[in-house]
Amino acid sequence: MPDITIGILGAGKLGSTLARLSMHAGFATLIASRRPVSQLKWVIDTLAPGAVTTTASELIAGADVIILAIPLSHYRDLDPDAFAGKTVLDATNYWVEVDGTVNEISTLTHSSSEVIQDWLPASKVAKAFNHMGYHDLEIEVDRKPTVPRAMAYATDHDEIRPVVEQVVSRFGFAPLDLGPLRFGLLLEPGSPLFGEAIPTDEFRDKLAAIYTSPFGQKVIAARGGQIQ
Amino acid sequence: MTNTTYQFGLNTFGDLAFNDDGTPMTGAESLRQVVAEGQLADRLGIDLIALGEHHRSEFAISSPEIVLAALAATTRNIKLGTAVTVLSSDDPVRVFERFSTLHALANGREEIMLGRGSFTESFPLYGYDLENYNELFEEKIEMWEKLLTGEPMNWEGKFTQKLTDTTVYPKLPAGETIATSLAVGGSPESIIRAAYYELPVVIAIIGGEPTRFRPYVDLYHKAAKQMNKPDLPLGMHAHGIILDDEEEAKEVGWKYIKAEMDRIGIDRGWAPMTRDRFEFEIDKGSYYVGTPEQVAQKIAKNMQALDMQRFDLVYGTGGQLLHQRTATIRNYAQKVIPRVKELLGGGADA
Repeated sequence: MPDITIGILGAGKLGSTLARLSMHAGFATLIASRRPVSQLKWVIDTLAPGAVTTTASELIAGADVIILAIPLSHYRDLDPDAFAGKTVLDATNYWVEVDGTVNEISTLTHSSSEVIQDWLPASKVAKAFNHMGYHDLEIEVDRKPTVPRAMAYATDHDEIRPVVEQVVSRFGFAPLDLGPLRFGLLLEPGSPLFGEAIPTDEFRDKLAAIYTSPFGQKVIAARGGQIQ
Repeated sequence: MTNTTYQFGLNTFGDLAFNDDGTPMTGAESLRQVVAEGQLADRLGIDLIALGEHHRSEFAISSPEIVLAALAATTRNIKLGTAVTVLSSDDPVRVFERFSTLHALANGREEIMLGRGSFTESFPLYGYDLENYNELFEEKIEMWEKLLTGEPMNWEGKFTQKLTDTTVYPKLPAGETIATSLAVGGSPESIIRAAYYELPVVIAIIGGEPTRFRPYVDLYHKAAKQMNKPDLPLGMHAHGIILDDEEEAKEVGWKYIKAEMDRIGIDRGWAPMTRDRFEFEIDKGSYYVGTPEQVAQKIAKNMQALDMQRFDLVYGTGGQLLHQRTATIRNYAQKVIPRVKELLGGGADA
């Protein structure tokens, strides 16, 4: 597989952390935010040296894999045409502090990454890097645990599974395929899997028991048998 | 300066404590216990005690200034701080009134540490909209800086009251101020904001290898330079248990620190702490759990690596038995702090 360029959209806590992981993994890395490039550059040169600061549009054009590290509610600012043909890893979550007290974006029948896939119909969206907090993302790689932590992902596009797995493993995690994008719901806030930074076998055990959890019961009530 | 001045403090959120027979203390008892511990810390010569504000079942302190006022009247030298005051969900005018009152009662020993609040209970409790989390802080910190000048206030904000030629009382004595610092987690924006307002930064380093925060320290220095602001010393805050027996310290940590992190994690979407992660936090990470010598070595190493001049030890995390809390405070004051100063070298007292 030829080497790929990672583009990280968003340069807050999550974006700057992912930029460090990406540099550490040896990927060519682009990062952009809503700040002017000159301003962001001197932040990134300190926080993630080596990552190239650029504009959002140049990042989208230049990256093979784009990781969304923006507030979820800003997804409408993304230009679907510019994103056409791109592989997009959605690391966002609905977060009251930035997205508002009432979630008018996603529901139990339409998870947030499905909303983003709908918004970017010509892109190949996977949900990834969302179920671990930004501190854990870095700590669980830095400390080199004997067993890498599971990073679950979901996508409707089989052709991008190899690249998603490559990115996830080179970042330092064990990729775990949840299947179609709708299963990404199981990684969202409220789910027992959200926040988990555990080895794959433990993650699978929790996954196997998910429909007995109150969250899983709510999912079944909302989606019937459709999600299982 | 050839001689760096270091400052060592204690922090607590007023975690509901346990009697030595294991029975839980009430909130009221826990509050009185914090006052007794603050008095002990003063007698032992610790530089500062700082209290955090919380509004949930695990913690007794929701009004830190009142506890600090009790300490102001019964201590002599120790600085009395908050860690943190959630300015975003408070009224800066009232915060100023409380702290200028404390300034008088404590003869200027008060300190305020402002934060956005990583716990968010205070927002709905006081009728603030959490979705204005960032804007509330931005606006109120600006108002706070203006209040500190002591000049009559002319102010118009989006989330705050309009003030016209208004003086806020009690006034600070001429030439005096309320020592203010800013608490920061992992946000680059917060670091830059602190440099802009010329506020010293205290970073909560409560997980992972402390050196991963080095880029944030560098960013603060760089931002100060870029904006032509003073390059102020930084501080860090972390959890610890200091007992003479290493294994006992670890077991107390596993029982209480883990329990607290897991309880908070339920609300925050953190995973329960695994034993290997806990051991990592003690060996290489951010828990200062062990014997006085082990803890001193670790504090000195990390203060050096991160260019820190202030270290705040969070004691009593998760409650803990009274004698465990007291042992940590005594060991910190009598063995750890002198040893850290020795290890850092030339750390003459101010």
